[in-house]
Amino acid sequence: MTGLTFELLCMQLLTGIALGSIYALLALGLCLIFGMLNVVNFAHGAFFMVGAFLGVYFLGITGSFWFSLVLTPLLTGCLGLLTERFLVRPLYGRGLDYPLLLTFGLSYVLIEVIRITFGIEGLPSVTPEGLGGTLNVGIGYFPKYRLFLIAATAVIILGVWFFIQKTRYGLIIKAGAADQEIVKVLGVDIAKVWLLVFALGCAIAGLSGILASPTRSVNPEMGIPILAESFVVTVVGGMGSPVGAVVAGLLVGVVYSMTSLFFPDLAELSIFVLMAVVLLIRPQGLFGKAGAMG
Amino acid sequence: MKQKVTNQTRRKMLIGGAAAASTPLWLNVANAQADTIKIGFPTPLTGPFSAEAQDQVKAAELAIKEFNDAGGLNGRKAELLVRDTKLNAGEAATRTLELIEKDKVNFVVGSLSAATQLSINAVCKERKVLFNSISQSDAINEAKDWSVYTFHEALNPTMTAGAVARYSIPRYGKKIVFLTADYAYGHEMVRAFERAGKEMGATTLADIRHPLGTSDYSAFLPRIKALNPDILVLCNFGRDLVNSAKQCTDFGLKSSMKIVAPVLLYTSRIAGGAEAFEGIAGGTSYYWGLEDRIPQAKAFNDAYRKAYNGSVPSDYGALGYAGVKSVLASVKIAKSTETMKVVAAMENLKYDWYKGPEYYRKCDHQAVQSVIIIESKSKDMKDKYDVFKILTIEPTTEKNMRSCAELGHKA
Repeated sequence: MTGLTFELLCMQLLTGIALGSIYALLALGLCLIFGMLNVVNFAHGAFFMVGAFLGVYFLGITGSFWFSLVLTPLLTGCLGLLTERFLVRPLYGRGLDYPLLLTFGLSYVLIEVIRITFGIEGLPSVTPEGLGGTLNVGIGYFPKYRLFLIAATAVIILGVWFFIQKTRYGLIIKAGAADQEIVKVLGVDIAKVWLLVFALGCAIAGLSGILASPTRSVNPEMGIPILAESFVVTVVGGMGSPVGAVVAGLLVGVVYSMTSLFFPDLAELSIFVLMAVVLLIRPQGLFGKAGAMG
Repeated sequence: MKQKVTNQTRRKMLIGGAAAASTPLWLNVANAQADTIKIGFPTPLTGPFSAEAQDQVKAAELAIKEFNDAGGLNGRKAELLVRDTKLNAGEAATRTLELIEKDKVNFVVGSLSAATQLSINAVCKERKVLFNSISQSDAINEAKDWSVYTFHEALNPTMTAGAVARYSIPRYGKKIVFLTADYAYGHEMVRAFERAGKEMGATTLADIRHPLGTSDYSAFLPRIKALNPDILVLCNFGRDLVNSAKQCTDFGLKSSMKIVAPVLLYTSRIAGGAEAFEGIAGGTSYYWGLEDRIPQAKAFNDAYRKAYNGSVPSDYGALGYAGVKSVLASVKIAKSTETMKVVAAMENLKYDWYKGPEYYRKCDHQAVQSVIIIESKSKDMKDKYDVFKILTIEPTTEKNMRSCAELGHKA
């Protein structure tokens, strides 16, 4: 390829990181739920979509992106609470497939509800004021919003990390993931912990939805392709590993971006090739423990 | 044994035939009147083209209503049977086959993607059912895909992309980059733009292909910027056009190049907003703003406004209207729903439903019509519908189309 410069490579890398941020966030939510509850949440993409719709809707009413950035994850979190309590909970102990089918069905219900409420065309997305346009990052101009997206993702991921590593609740979550019997014996109501973790995962999905909305069109089907990509990220990172989700999310973004530069028509395929290669070398994923699925 | 069965069957048929023949004539007429003229309408109601598909249905219903209000075919009314193709060629074929076999439709109008219209066409061709396609394709008119039952109401990429190339290359420059949805229609648009561009000395720097239904185009954009073309051509459709236009704007591409779209959709512009589409030029088969200069456009818009709360029809919506209207007008001329009689009537139809004079070219049944070149505006808009400025209209002429010989039709 002619005209390949250092600047172009750097821009492509930055684009990949911005792209990977959304993947990392989504995969983080997915793997929190899987790591703790052993539930493969197929409705995760639908929560992402609901988050985007609610975000744009609140933005339209209140005029404040920041306000909807707070309100949206709260609401998708509440939706997650209800889902865990009334739909997922009765299926615990029945293996992976029951909750998987349930959440798969739930995702279609959510898509249909949104179609009925907002119409099948979707909503025009808006870039928040002050974050439109581009910024000179030294190697060229990059959209301000995508820089914000990278920063916001970093803050959220650090927040979740802090919550799990440094707080009492985090300790219980970690202990619960390691050995729920002992945690129960110690007098912790594990059902509450599961409820909270599921809601947290859904809140993060909703938050990724509103964060992603200014970069793409908001429509009822937007969660479907990104769910597949998030699963690739989760598998590459290792099922149930939050660190793996973040690292693999960024990695998938960068691989996609770099492939787009040289072989644009293979970009989509590249992340699946990456997954295949990782699985061949490390079947448990980059940061996964052996036998996480068992 | 076998012989006996056949004889019995033959006897039953004879009895049946005699019974039918002995039915009083008035009963036959009554039956015929109760029998509606059924038009199958497969279109992708769900998926990335859903906005366009929805409007196609609304406008097609309007054409049906006008036909029925005018008394139908001697009182015989028409009805539209809408089916969702989900933008999937297999699904489209299945739904079409169902429409023909189970619902017994008389005609098929519809589709909204090169791939689905080709699969619908294949089914209709095989079943000898008239199909009027309202989605752009070049292949459908080529001899290998075409049949005498195939009509093509929509423009085709040769006409639209060609017109956009003829307009933009002399004005903006000769170095071209394409961002192309990787499917038949995207490739056809590129081919047609290059075909017209070659005569003007244009060169292609790159044709960057993305999968259909891509939501994030950012990974393609730094390279496009580095290539520094005079014109970036967005050869995609529906939500793909919305997303790519938006992201090209976000990445600041417009400061150094002109962005054009061979098919600049009204619905995409509405979904994407003024800022994302600001300054993007392109081609279209119809824009409601034509009503200032074409009375038929005014009449069509007014009818649409009356039926749908003051909203205006979109480009592909107008095709839904014209596609059904042409078939029903031909039914009236032929005084019959018999396929070959309607085909003959349509071949001779000279019509002006909404955008000025049109007719179907005899050899390939392509609707010969004008191409409108428009530009998206973000200032001085009268209302929310006022989104495009009409730059020029390339008039109705067969000159800019591929010749029948080129398409493989024998003279």
